[in-house]
This record gives sequence, structure tokens and C-alpha cells, in this order.
Amino acid sequence: MSIQERQDEVIEEFEMFEDWMDKYEYLISLGKELPIIKEDKKVEENIIKGCQSRVWLAADLQIDRIHFTADSDAIITKGIISLMIRVLTDSTPKEIIETELYFIDKVGLKEHLSPTRSNGLVSMVKQMKMYAIAYSTKV
Amino acid sequence: MKKFDVNTIRKDFPILSRKVNGRPLVYLDNGATAQKPQVVIDSLINYYSHENANIHRGVHTLSQEATTAYETTREKVQRYLNAEHKEEIIFTKGTTDGINLIANSFGKQNIQKGDEVIITTMEHHSNIVPWQMICEEKEANLKVIPINDKGELILEEFKKLLSPRTKIVALTHISNTLGTINPVKEIIELAHQQNVPVLIDGAQRVAHNAPDVRELDVDFYVFSLHKMFGPTGIGILYGKKALLESIPPYQGGGDMIKTVSFEKTTYNELPHKFEAGTPNIAAGIATAAALDYINALDWEGIHKHETELLAYATKCLKEIDGLKIIGEAEQKASVISFIVEGIHAYDIGVIIDKMGVAVRTGHHCTQPLMERFGILGTIRASFTFYNTKEEVDLLISALQKAIKMLA
Repeated sequence: MSIQERQDEVIEEFEMFEDWMDKYEYLISLGKELPIIKEDKKVEENIIKGCQSRVWLAADLQIDRIHFTADSDAIITKGIISLMIRVLTDSTPKEIIETELYFIDKVGLKEHLSPTRSNGLVSMVKQMKMYAIAYSTKV
Repeated sequence: MKKFDVNTIRKDFPILSRKVNGRPLVYLDNGATAQKPQVVIDSLINYYSHENANIHRGVHTLSQEATTAYETTREKVQRYLNAEHKEEIIFTKGTTDGINLIANSFGKQNIQKGDEVIITTMEHHSNIVPWQMICEEKEANLKVIPINDKGELILEEFKKLLSPRTKIVALTHISNTLGTINPVKEIIELAHQQNVPVLIDGAQRVAHNAPDVRELDVDFYVFSLHKMFGPTGIGILYGKKALLESIPPYQGGGDMIKTVSFEKTTYNELPHKFEAGTPNIAAGIATAAALDYINALDWEGIHKHETELLAYATKCLKEIDGLKIIGEAEQKASVISFIVEGIHAYDIGVIIDKMGVAVRTGHHCTQPLMERFGILGTIRASFTFYNTKEEVDLLISALQKAIKMLA
């Protein structure tokens, strides 16, 4: 599935939610259920420091695709991370670089990607693109 | 003077009737910035609509009117603080700017290699970093007064830290994170016995009523107007006249000079020596409106109200399972920091915002203090006179809901 198709799928899922409570309960459940990074990757060099919450991000090149794993100490941040990973992981560096990310805006979570939130998410998205740029020279 | 009544006073603040996420706003982030009464907003609009001109320069009517209005504010601040001279009132950009001014001007002149600057564990980063920078430059040392588990300064340790090497003591009047009211008068007395000047960060103090700089005998007192119902982008540095006269200018530019040639510049007198460049004139003038507003309030009634709010909120919060209050000083302002076991402060902040409740989460720019308590951050509710018991109830029910969702 392309990044675009995956984004559209997430948007469709979010359309079912009637109010913010449903939406956040879903995010919280995503945050709770996902063991999304191996402990040995949860190291200082993989940390993205937000003022509010911390995010760990690791990227591995598997043949020609990037596999992302990540975690956060805040559960809502983690829920959004899991959406981000679902959309971007196991794609080619070229596709990650070239596809515009619009789903966060469409599902009404844009505020979490505002730099003033200082939750590490903005830096995480930037870092994911940086990994794609770095790996694009290797495939 | 009108007797304090919370429902009447709320009507002075237009923002308090707005909704956030479909719910009535419950604004409990007054420690970050206070809301503005209509008179302050009107003053800003009036200035730009009818009075806008640069000050201290023009001979034309507008400029003279603006200069008079701006300088009137200086006199009002002088009276508010009970300062002896109006030249002791320096306009700055805010608390941080005031501390940087003293660290750079006083610090550059008086701190030498091996000297010491004393601060405390509970300082805001803005009262840590400027001193760290000057200490690094001068190869001087930063000394820190420790606190006990309740979040109070340990004065015995301060006495031990004071030495002939101490060049200045800089501390906060009220902790922005814990609400602790520090015994600044005693600290100033102890420092003065060793001829050490003291800078007080009054950022969190000024919203609660007027500090008396002469009674405190403080050497430098800094604060921001936006935390005391005035506009953003303006602050005050109070300094004793003789001290301010003895230290060099901080920034160079217009307004702070007497004469300039390429060989030599002579500096203007106080207070202009420290006010380079066109200041925030609109904010300066609107500050007068904020001070007039504050001066007309029933502070005795307000003090009683804020004390009751603090006690009520503390009691209600303690009834929540797994909630721990950080900072339980005997002398405490209406600020409560807390954590909830097993739940990140950010998550709680996000969820209760959805219910219209505005609090601050995170380390509150006091990372060393967080480290002292072994935590990464807290949730902070900071109350002021326009907050109500009903708002405390809304905070509690929002918290209970958030905890239920997140646990």
C-alpha cells in the first residue's frame, strides 16, 4: 500500500469518531498496545527531546525500504507516533521524501504537530524525512 | 475602594467569558501569564489610535504627549514599589531581560576569577543561565542554596555558602513551580551583613500585591508586567540609584547616549543609560492602566480569596488517588504543582484542555528543580483573584475524567 493510500485509510477510520473523547480514547489505546521499539534502541542517541514529552526513533534499512520503530513516554504522543509509523514504515526512501503528509491535519490532530506543543513530534517527522534522505543514497 | 467580589471582577476580563473546545474557559495558567482587564486593552487601542509617536525625541505635540504618558508610568511604578527615586525604575523587555542586564552590567564589572554567585535550586532557567554565562566567562563559580523536601530553602546552608568570594545573591521571591514564598527579607539581611547585593526575581510575586522595595532593602528587583495583568513585552528593573549609577550600560544605541563621536561616546544618565533603542511605548503606556486597575483593588479581600482557593484546591486534589503535590511549603502562593502516578503530565494536560481547562505541564523552565524531586515534569495549576471555587471543581472533574481515560 502506498503512503497516500495508508493516509486515506487512517482518515477514513477517524471519520467514524463522533467526538474528541472517542478520538482520544482510540489514540490512547494505540499508545497502550504498541510495543514499538526494542529496548536496545531506546538509547540516548535515538532520543528526540521535546520540552514536554520524549520520543525515541530508530530507522533501519531493510533491502530498499525503511523500517521505523519509535516510542514516547507520553501515551497520546505514542498514539500519534503509531499512526505516523503505520503510514510511513516499510516504504522506500524516495516515497517518504516525496509524499506530503496530510493525514494529521485531516484527522484533526494538527495541534499536536505544532512546534509550541514541544512534544517531540515535529522533530520526529523531520527526523523520519532525514533518515529517508540519508538512506536514499544507499539504495 | 470596591469590596472584592469574584463574580464582579470577572466581568473586567473579557477573555474569561470565551469558550475553549466548546466549554467555558477555566484559566489556571496565571503563573505563565495573567489575563488583561478591558481597561488595559482599551489603553493599547487608544495609544495606537490616537497617540502613537516616538518618545524622548520629537518636539511635536504627539511625541510630547506620548513621552509624558510613558514617563507617567515610570512614576506610577515608582509609587507601586515604594522606590525612592523614579530613575531607579528601568523599563526592560521582561524579567529575563532585567536579569541579563544585571548579570552583564554588574557581573562584568564586579565578578572576577574565583568569585561566587549564589542562586537557589528552585530558580527559573532565566535566573540560572545568565549567571552561568557570566561565571563561565569570568571563571567564577555558581553556588546553589538547597531546598528541603517541602520545597523550602535551607537557610543554614545559605549562611554557609555566603563568603567573601560571594559577589551577588540572585533568587526568586516566589517559586513559579512550587509556589514557595521565600524569606527574601531575611536573605537580604544576611547578604547585606557581608556587603553582598541581592537580586530578587519578582515575576511570580507581583500578581499578588505590591512588594515594597525599600522595606525589603533589596538591591535589584525584576519582574514582567504581563504577569500582573499588564501587556506583554515589558518589564521593570528596580535598582538602588547608587548601584545603578556605578555599573556600566548593557546595550548601546539611541536614547542611552549623551554625545557620540567616533572617538568617544558619553552615556546618558539614569534611567536612560539602560534603555537603548525605542522601547515598547504602547506597553509602557498601557502599564499605567494596569497599575491604576491593580491599585483600586481590595487586596485584603483578594488575599483572603486566594488563600481560600489554594486551601480548597489542595484539599480536593489530595483526595484523588495516586496524586502527589510537589511543593508543600508553609509559606505558599496560590500555585499547585502535582503529578499523578503512572500518567504523563503531558497526557493529562492534553485531555483536560479538551474540557476547557488550561494548566501548564512540563518542567516549567526549572529542570534542576525537577531533578531535585526526581521527576521530569508536573502539572501546574496557578490561581489568581478571578478564579473561582467552581473552577477548582471543574479542574477536579476534568482530572478525574482524564485519569480514567489514561490509567
